[in-house]
Amino acid sequence: MSHPSKDPQSPGQDHQAGVISTEWQGSEQERLDARPSETSRRTFLFKLAVGFNALVGVVMAVPIFGFLLGPVFKKRDDNHAWISLGSIASFPKGETRLANYLNPVTGPSDGETAKVACWVRRTEEDKFQVFAVNCAHLGCPVRWFAQSKLFLCPCHGGSYYEDGTRASGPPPRGLFEYQHRTQGGALEIFAGEMPTLSNEACAGKKPLIQVTSANDERRPA
Amino acid sequence: MNDSKQSGLKKAGLGVFNWFERRLGLGSQVAEMSGHPTPVSAASWWYVFGSAAMVLLGLQVMTGILLALVYSPSASNAWPSLQFINHNLTLGWFLRAMHGWGSDFMIAIVLIHMAQVFLFGAYKFPRELTWIVGVVLLLLTLGMAFTGQVLRFDQDAYWGLGIGASITGSIPVVGGPLVKLLLGGPIIGGATLSRFFTLHVFVIPGILLAGVAVHLLMVLKLGINEWPMPGRLVRKTDYEKNYAALTKSTGVPFVPDAAWKDAVFSAVIMLSVMGCAWFLGPIGPTGVPDPTIIQTAPKPDYPFLWIFAVLAYLPPELETPLLLIAPPLIIGGLLLLPLVAGEGEKHWSRRPVAVLMITLIAVVLGVFTKLGTYAPWSPQMDAWSSYTVPAEYLEHRTPLERRGAVVFQEKQCRDCHSLNSTGGQRGPALDKVAAEMTEDQIIRQILQGGGNMPAYGKALNPAETKALTSFLMTLHGHQRPAKDASLGTMPQNGTHPAAPVAENPPAK
Repeated sequence: MSHPSKDPQSPGQDHQAGVISTEWQGSEQERLDARPSETSRRTFLFKLAVGFNALVGVVMAVPIFGFLLGPVFKKRDDNHAWISLGSIASFPKGETRLANYLNPVTGPSDGETAKVACWVRRTEEDKFQVFAVNCAHLGCPVRWFAQSKLFLCPCHGGSYYEDGTRASGPPPRGLFEYQHRTQGGALEIFAGEMPTLSNEACAGKKPLIQVTSANDERRPA
Repeated sequence: MNDSKQSGLKKAGLGVFNWFERRLGLGSQVAEMSGHPTPVSAASWWYVFGSAAMVLLGLQVMTGILLALVYSPSASNAWPSLQFINHNLTLGWFLRAMHGWGSDFMIAIVLIHMAQVFLFGAYKFPRELTWIVGVVLLLLTLGMAFTGQVLRFDQDAYWGLGIGASITGSIPVVGGPLVKLLLGGPIIGGATLSRFFTLHVFVIPGILLAGVAVHLLMVLKLGINEWPMPGRLVRKTDYEKNYAALTKSTGVPFVPDAAWKDAVFSAVIMLSVMGCAWFLGPIGPTGVPDPTIIQTAPKPDYPFLWIFAVLAYLPPELETPLLLIAPPLIIGGLLLLPLVAGEGEKHWSRRPVAVLMITLIAVVLGVFTKLGTYAPWSPQMDAWSSYTVPAEYLEHRTPLERRGAVVFQEKQCRDCHSLNSTGGQRGPALDKVAAEMTEDQIIRQILQGGGNMPAYGKALNPAETKALTSFLMTLHGHQRPAKDASLGTMPQNGTHPAAPVAENPPAK
């Protein structure tokens, strides 16, 4: 634009710069005169101050980013634990049923969202499969249809067979599967993170040699 | 004159103004800004969208602050607090409705503004940076829409976060840490909601408002784009000189010559938002965000429906590469556009590729959004139990064929296949299936699946398969059933049981 930037004209005022009133002369001028002619010391001090500030900034960045990235650096074992899904008697042989559990790590304001659902399939007396409800495509909740023996996803129509393998649709793989064990008549799974393609809460990986310390005492009441 | 009462009052008012003016100096700057000369051709109805977007932003800030008075950003209380606003507070539902519809309007207006700026060549020299900042503002606006949708913490929001996490999780190497950063913890929960609240209320609005200020400052500094004329080329060497000469000779003050149109349009948009809010009501919340209630079909809000649709149609093997490559390419292209095409023709009549691109993008976004509204790719999860087989499909049928109709319903075929236009649309409608496929082909398709259909070999026993096939073979409309041409030379044997079933009895 062609507008020269002008000082706003204060109404009824004309301020003339350049001429200083007599009572204003004095101390400032003396200080100015007292300054050493070379400025290397002050330049050096300024640079030192900037450097010092930068150092403080770096030190401060540690807690700031540490806090922000806290969840990222949590180890898998910090989030996971063996969780009971209840007595194995509640999962009849030859059926696939929905089960719920409370996530081992929860926050004070999680409310209902602290709960997680999963599908439990019992094929034989001691043979189970526990699937995440999250579709391997985009994480929508799959539903079990016993009559056609399929898991169907409502979002983009991914479907899986009763054993969790991919049947059709966009999912790149079968359903995510939890590690499980039976302990004292209860079915337990090793869970704690939302299953996505990136983490290991899923099948297809070699079974982990499980650390036994990650056990009951870590389970929420 | 000074003695009269009226001018005494006037003088006092002026005195107060001057007191502030002397200290702030804003008045003269505002006067100068609002009176800045605009090419008379730019005082047009086509130039009203930017200001309308800004007014909508103001509405969003205002209604947002009011909603924040009551909204509780915790996973356990967000949903009840929204219900409380909707049902227990005076005009709470209207405030929520205005905020929701204002968001949709803002995205629409921003996109129209962008298309207009593109078609009028306004992104060219010297306004490249204005465009680039504008692209960032568009992304921030979309960010506001997505985070806002999460704050409406219902089933759609919960599973929408799951979709976000799943997409993030498919990124190689950094996917895992990014998911945790996104969710703020191992699962979708309170930490997730509060970080989206922080983004929606502090981080993005802060950057957005600063960006708008820069955007506006550049419009003031560089002047409003003149109406493009075919053949009037932009050159870095003389554009500024020509523009200055143009505004000097044909310039009119922005206020009032152009601004009245902005004001009228903004008022109409505000009335439209209020109209939508009043007659269509607040958006959601849908069901309570309980992860154990899985009887839900989550869907994103309007601005993201097209992405939902694209994700349904992409072949699985293309999905991750495209998700990772397309966004940087699109955003990079938008950002680089003015740097690559910063000079030359501005008029749309001499830029056929630009017109074609805008048309193509509009059609693609429109079609995918429309598809997203009814999601034909999604199975209709309750079709099998909620629709009946049309009566005319059961008349004059044998008991076996009728038994087949029962199998058809019972095995959830209807969830993906429609009969008489009811049922899922994921698979083809089966009203005339026997006219298109032979009995053998139908049996093979059912038992082995393929082409996006699961194999039902393990879910059907031979008797069920036989019954189902018999029923499907009756569905041929007014055409004759399809027949294997190679069988025509052999003795007719219309009723023999299908060979593959006899040869390959399905397991179990």
